[in-house]
Amino acid sequence: MNRNNFNMKKVTYRNQFSKVLGLSLLVGLLFSTSLFSQDEIASSGDPAKGKSLFNQNCAACHALNRNMTGPALANVAERLEAEEGLDKEWLYAWIKNSAGLIASGDAYANKIYNEYNKAAMTAFPTLSNADIDDILAYTAAPPPAPVVVAEALPGEGAVASGGLSNEVILGALVLVFALLVMMLIMVNMTLRRIAEANGVFVEKEASEKRTPIWKAFVQNQFLVLVTVLFLLLGSAYFAYGWMMQVGVDQGYAPIQPIHYSHKIHAGDNKIDCQYCHSSARVSKHSGIPSLNVCMNCHKSIYEYKGNPEGPSKEDLANGYTNEFYTGEIKKLYKAVGWDEENQKYTGESKPVEWVRIHNLPDFAYFNHSQHVTVGGIECQTCHGPVEEMEIMYQFSPLTMGWCINCHRETNVQVEGNEYYEKIHAELSKKYGVETLTAAQMGGLECGKCHY
Amino acid sequence: MASNKKYWKSEAELNPNDSIVEALRHNEFVQDIPVDEFLGDKDNLASSSTNRRDFLKYVGFSTAAATLAACEGPVIKSIPYVVQPETIIPGIANFYATTIANGFDFSSVLVRTREGRPISIQNNTDAKVNGGANARVNASVLGLYDSTRLQGPMQNGEAIDWSDLDAAVKNGLAAAQNSGKQIVLLTQTYASPSTTRLVGDFKGSYANVRHISYDAIAQDAALNAFEAKYGERALADYDFSKAEVIVSFGADILGDWQGGGFDSGYSKGRVPQNGKMSRHIQFEANMSLSGANADKRIPLKPSEQKVALAKLYAKLNNTTVGGSLSDAATKAVDAAAAQIRKAGAAAVVVTGLDDENAQAVVLAINEQIKSAAFDVAAPKYTRQGNVKEVNALVADMKAGKVGVLLMDGVNPAYSLPNAADFLEGLQAVGLSVSFSTNTNETTVATQYTAASSYFLESWGDVQMKKGHYGLMQPAIKELFDTRQFQSSLLLWMGKDKTYYDYIKETWTTSILGESEWNKALHDGVFATSASVLSDLDMAVNAMVAPVSEGAVDETTVVPLASALRELSNATVADMELSLYSKVGMGDGQMANNPWLQEFPDPISRVSWDNYVTVSKGDAEKLGFINEHVANGGLDGSYAKVTVDGVAVDNVPVIIQPGQAVGTIGLALGYGRLEGMKSEMQTGVNAYPLYQNFSSSQTVSIEKSAGLHEFACVQLQKTLMGREDIIKETTLEIFNTKEAQDWNKKPMVSLDHQEVAASSVDLWESFDRSVGHHFNLSIDLNACTGCGACVIACHAENNVPVVGKKEIRVSRDMHWLRIDRYYSSEDTFANDIEAKDSSDGLGLGNYLVGDGEGDGSLSTFSRLEDPSLNPQVAFQPVMCQHCNHAPCETVCPVAATTHSRQGQNHMAYNRCVGTRYCANNCPYKVRRFNWFLYNNNDEFDYHMNNDLGKMVINPDVTVRSRGVMEKCSMCIQKTQKTILDAKRDGRVIKDGEFQTACSSACNNGAMVFGDINDKDSKIADLKESNRMYHLLEYVGTKPNVFYHVKVRNTEEA
Repeated sequence: MNRNNFNMKKVTYRNQFSKVLGLSLLVGLLFSTSLFSQDEIASSGDPAKGKSLFNQNCAACHALNRNMTGPALANVAERLEAEEGLDKEWLYAWIKNSAGLIASGDAYANKIYNEYNKAAMTAFPTLSNADIDDILAYTAAPPPAPVVVAEALPGEGAVASGGLSNEVILGALVLVFALLVMMLIMVNMTLRRIAEANGVFVEKEASEKRTPIWKAFVQNQFLVLVTVLFLLLGSAYFAYGWMMQVGVDQGYAPIQPIHYSHKIHAGDNKIDCQYCHSSARVSKHSGIPSLNVCMNCHKSIYEYKGNPEGPSKEDLANGYTNEFYTGEIKKLYKAVGWDEENQKYTGESKPVEWVRIHNLPDFAYFNHSQHVTVGGIECQTCHGPVEEMEIMYQFSPLTMGWCINCHRETNVQVEGNEYYEKIHAELSKKYGVETLTAAQMGGLECGKCHY
Repeated sequence: MASNKKYWKSEAELNPNDSIVEALRHNEFVQDIPVDEFLGDKDNLASSSTNRRDFLKYVGFSTAAATLAACEGPVIKSIPYVVQPETIIPGIANFYATTIANGFDFSSVLVRTREGRPISIQNNTDAKVNGGANARVNASVLGLYDSTRLQGPMQNGEAIDWSDLDAAVKNGLAAAQNSGKQIVLLTQTYASPSTTRLVGDFKGSYANVRHISYDAIAQDAALNAFEAKYGERALADYDFSKAEVIVSFGADILGDWQGGGFDSGYSKGRVPQNGKMSRHIQFEANMSLSGANADKRIPLKPSEQKVALAKLYAKLNNTTVGGSLSDAATKAVDAAAAQIRKAGAAAVVVTGLDDENAQAVVLAINEQIKSAAFDVAAPKYTRQGNVKEVNALVADMKAGKVGVLLMDGVNPAYSLPNAADFLEGLQAVGLSVSFSTNTNETTVATQYTAASSYFLESWGDVQMKKGHYGLMQPAIKELFDTRQFQSSLLLWMGKDKTYYDYIKETWTTSILGESEWNKALHDGVFATSASVLSDLDMAVNAMVAPVSEGAVDETTVVPLASALRELSNATVADMELSLYSKVGMGDGQMANNPWLQEFPDPISRVSWDNYVTVSKGDAEKLGFINEHVANGGLDGSYAKVTVDGVAVDNVPVIIQPGQAVGTIGLALGYGRLEGMKSEMQTGVNAYPLYQNFSSSQTVSIEKSAGLHEFACVQLQKTLMGREDIIKETTLEIFNTKEAQDWNKKPMVSLDHQEVAASSVDLWESFDRSVGHHFNLSIDLNACTGCGACVIACHAENNVPVVGKKEIRVSRDMHWLRIDRYYSSEDTFANDIEAKDSSDGLGLGNYLVGDGEGDGSLSTFSRLEDPSLNPQVAFQPVMCQHCNHAPCETVCPVAATTHSRQGQNHMAYNRCVGTRYCANNCPYKVRRFNWFLYNNNDEFDYHMNNDLGKMVINPDVTVRSRGVMEKCSMCIQKTQKTILDAKRDGRVIKDGEFQTACSSACNNGAMVFGDINDKDSKIADLKESNRMYHLLEYVGTKPNVFYHVKVRNTEEA
């Protein structure tokens, strides 16, 4: 039914869609409430509060429907009650002090401890019983899966129609243009015919009298000379400009072995650049983070759930679906040798061969820490809006002119740096200025970058 | 009239009947070009599918393809760690304290690693004993990346697994055990407490185990003499900083004498302070580093040195001994004795003669004068080799008494004088295993070769001196499938323990006491506390019989009397040979190291060779010549050297000023062939002449045919009175006269007025008072010419190795050279006098031949010849970083410019290679890349293979062909220091700024720093009245300055 409607008219489809959405929401709500009523143990808590507590305290090691460092927790209270005959008191005791429970010789506590590689669970003595109830309430509530599925549909449709309409508009424009040209020719022909009919022959007489313009041009040697000169100079100008492009890889955006989106990490999730590129603080290299840094987060982030608003149209057009990103995370797991099933490293790692984007020639020395730590320059100044880059590319030309220009314009941050105190006082006296540019500090000397 | 001129190309053309000329006149080519063979065969041509058009198509296509391919930049991969080690941050160097103990060199050092790769070796300033890395130790880092290294264990040349080797060795050990044959460990000197313990345990596991230490260059006589006197097999230690008078009989105390490492103490005493400096008197045959630095040098044959030593002892004890000496030598001995008497405990006598009597006499003298520089309480253990045992082993091997022979760190098949006997004996050994990092003469002869780990991949410990310990730790994981000897021993003993655990156990139980293992490992050195040592002192003192001054004690008189008799009766031969080791080669175990091969010998300035040194008089007598040829190279005759029937032929000859008449010198350690790259197979093997492990031999020498092509970097031998290059004075003048008298500031004429050269300038001077202003100070008194700085610079700055041929045509690339000058007269002062007293331009009274009233042309020609026993001066020269640099003004592309910090910059990427700068440099310090030295198999050293390239310093550009390069004053290091301070937000402390050479200089000769920091050491040194600039009158205002050399010529 949906399919048919979709092929007919948009309006009908939209109506249909809202109905489906409403229906599914209703079903979802009914289903959840039915669960709530079924489960008396969990019903005492507030699932909304529980969710935030869960994310704060538990999510690093537990998921609802998936074994991670610790076991999956969906319906944990109910399961324990049904399978092991353990009540909520046991859960309180476990969560507040699991080690104590294990030490006391509790059978199930020891069983679960051994099952999960003897990874001790953090004790949460600060959580009250009410808090735990809230968390348990959240674990009992199923994830609102249908909503996500329903959301994805209109996106796809919209993209498809969007692509179509663009083509149609372009086609129509071409058509209109062609029609205009045709009309012009036809009008012209009609006018000629009318002129002929009226016996007017102005054009031909005029053309016979004058020498053709190219002949006049060729005969005027001065003009030819000037034009040739102009052309030569012009082509030299453009040739030079083109030649200077050689070796400048501005905009270079190679395909990487893992589709790593800076947009998601630095943009959506606002991860600080130097969390991953930590050596930029102290070293000349910013450093490509080693895979163990990725695993700090990706040990628990095993799938991509999209940003809150859902994937945008462009993302979907490029194939950047949630499944796609999740697939890229799997590539990371493969490279680092992480066994998701058993939540442990296999030891079989395969280093990722990233394609280097920013390639300074060997004879140019650049030090990140000088700029990042000492100069306090934002990464974006040179690397551009990385937080918006789905695919990383070279933003700046990285030419010497570009470096020098910045050194001429940028003031050195001398405040609070004891190293600069003396030289700043002396130099500002010498140049009669309050602030000093990198150039005035000697930042234009050849040997500062070439050795 | 003009038409009957005849031009000819060779003499043969003048002979009208010459058949070759006739033939050539008719045939342009000597051999016919087989044109017909190719074009004559019509069938072949017809069937050929490639026609002219196709050919053009191919050319066009390949040109287009090449053009297209060139448009695309290369894709560069970056591969990060999977799990980054916590301690490694890419781009930041890590330092590890470790120890080199390869049997010849023992030093506590720091290893600098980048991204886990060791890239250079530095001095460990925490170490009180042997904390200085000499040239070889500095170069040893390259040995790790030797592409010819053994990559795994081998059996008769075939690669095998370690398990096979282990099984074979265990079987062999069991078999030897059953048959009652000997199990022998023939090893280098370890001086390692843990290895000693381990060998003890090994002896517990197997019966009949013998451990024999073998030093290729033995100190057996010194060890025996010390053992006889003090009951311990060790070497007395000397601290020359405490000596005011040093008298040496053939001891190269600045070289490898008794394990080396004495130069930093020596240099401390050489810098005049409060009007005092040490006086060094050297009796020797070869011109050694020590002789070159001595205040008075007396060339004597080794046998005469023995007599002189006996006479000195007699003189000190107011007795007389027999033996005859020349008058000059007798006078020198008397003078030395007087000075020793005067200095008392501040004097010290040393000898390098391989003679137990001589060693015993020296010990007795030092004991008698209670020399403060002489330390027997805490002796050195860096030589343990036992000649008697080694000789016995060879005999036992030949007799078939040895069941298992395990060798580590030794190459007896090369370095034994009786190597043939050894090889013969090896055939009779049941199981022979050699541990080695490289294939060598021994590994090819043994059944099994165990690929040994390099010292930078190994664990170890060492006790260089009693109470002074060092730890060796790996700075990198084993590059290949290698295993060190000690780990193997543990395995074969069936112990389930790593050698690391074993060392730790040794240290925590018997060495560290209360101290922490981790701290010792971090520091790399550990010294037992003073109280423990003083206990030791007392124990040793109790053993030592007290000797009262002036009188010889009863207990020592008897053996000493016979020793003296032996010495004074030493037979003087017509021609005597002194074998020595070069600063750059040592005993030859690093012969495959291109840095060391290219390192010019400090004395002869010859690289890539060893040679026999003869005096000028002997050379004339025997018909040896040294001549300079048209391409700027040095050629020399060949000689045949015969000792006791053993002849070494085709030894090149160098005429050495200062060589004692009737003696020749020859360096050990060269002439290795097995497992070496062809470029590195240089020199001749002198070990066959090293009979009875004695460095002095009676020898006969005769001329062989042919001329040898040397690679010598300095052909101008003398200073010729050019006092603007090396200024020197005597201690007396230095103490009594004004600085202007002995450190004259050059004057020039301006408007017919004499003014100081430094006050006149073509250029406006910049204000250099702001920020840093770097200066380098070089004290010619403290510099011994050892060359550690040359290699340190090589390693730090990725200086390429160019090879023997290129060096020969003066295309050496060393950024830092140490010039060596001889005096032409007896002293440099006399040279100046001779130069100044030359009269007019022409020959003058030259033909009279009395040296009086000569013209300057003849005087200069005479001054080019060094004296028979010249004064010697060393001068390290690198880019002087002139504030008014002549090179900068002539560069057409501004590739070389000056910085505010005083460094003269060189932008390689800007350089177009006109070489104007090199032409305009008065100091000749610029080096041109005539070829691409990296990634070029024509230069098969280390930069053409992936392994060798691992040593490259990533902070310094690797230069390409066609650009000029030169010392940068280690700008990468100064910039790093500045950046570290900026990042920490602090002021830079004095001493933080270092160049590679200044940090390598263990003698305090090179000091680097910021002269705008008024409290710094360098600012102080610049104000010193000894300070002068090289060629100051040129007005270049250099940022490198020197300190006037002062010689202590005071005779007592």
